[in-house]
Amino acid sequence: MDQSEFLKKVMPFKDKVFRLAKRLLVSTEEAEDATQELYFKLWKNKSKLSDYNSIEAFAMTMTKNYCFDRLKSKQASNLSLVHSNYKEGGTSLQKRVELNDTVSLVHKLIEKLPEQQKIIIQLRDIEQYEFDEIAEMLNIQPTAIRVSLSRARKTIKEQLIKQHNYGIS
Amino acid sequence: MELVNIEKLLEKYLDAETSIAEENELKTYFSGAHVAPHLEEYREMFGYFSASKKEKFTKTIQLKSRKLNWKWLSVAASAVLLVSVYTGYQKNQQEKAEKIYRDTQFAFNMLSANLNKGTAAISELQEFETTTNKILKQPK
Repeated sequence: MDQSEFLKKVMPFKDKVFRLAKRLLVSTEEAEDATQELYFKLWKNKSKLSDYNSIEAFAMTMTKNYCFDRLKSKQASNLSLVHSNYKEGGTSLQKRVELNDTVSLVHKLIEKLPEQQKIIIQLRDIEQYEFDEIAEMLNIQPTAIRVSLSRARKTIKEQLIKQHNYGIS
Repeated sequence: MELVNIEKLLEKYLDAETSIAEENELKTYFSGAHVAPHLEEYREMFGYFSASKKEKFTKTIQLKSRKLNWKWLSVAASAVLLVSVYTGYQKNQQEKAEKIYRDTQFAFNMLSANLNKGTAAISELQEFETTTNKILKQPK
């Protein structure tokens, strides 16, 4: 695979990679770094890319795994920060996002979902992938995806109703 | 689309039974102006989904940056190595030359000291000669 082919096949879904990374890592800067890093990795392994039947699905799987690794190492570093009595940690970022009025309520609700449901909502309701594609990306059964998705959608809906009722009364 | 249909679709949606096309129908309905009041919460939900899809990665992706960096780094490192070896060699040469210079100077000093001894002896000889000349020239 040469450069022009790479640009044609791999570049078009860079926004999707970025959005998934942002969904999982929360901060825009981190998501940008992750996208850059992932594309660098893809470019380095460009000779092997043609072995995959869907490069896009492979890239999304990579993104998911990479973000999980990042989150794990972040948690690990947070632990060490707690150890040295250093107050600024991962929570401050989350708080900052929560305090931001422009961030939609739905965004916050998705943030509270379990990681798996978060990814599925992102891939289905935002990126609109078919269940088969998501199944390939996450390596789980389509039926299991439907179950998680249904749960996530219902949670968001119920929480929204709850919040609106609070607002009225 | 009729409200009854929308409600049916929503039920299917919550059970994750809808197709992409049906979900798009819902998105279109909730982006419109006439949303039934009791379905208000879905407007926020679908609105957020549609808006989220518009977020773009705005930075440019660099594919070869790091590779290039390594290449330049090695070039720079070899240049530094070359320069340091060269200056080290120069310095070494200079020190050798200085040592030779000092040795030569020492030798010259010794030589001149010994030569001076010789001249002192010669000046004595000179004295002898003038005396002889005095004696020999007198009868003239």
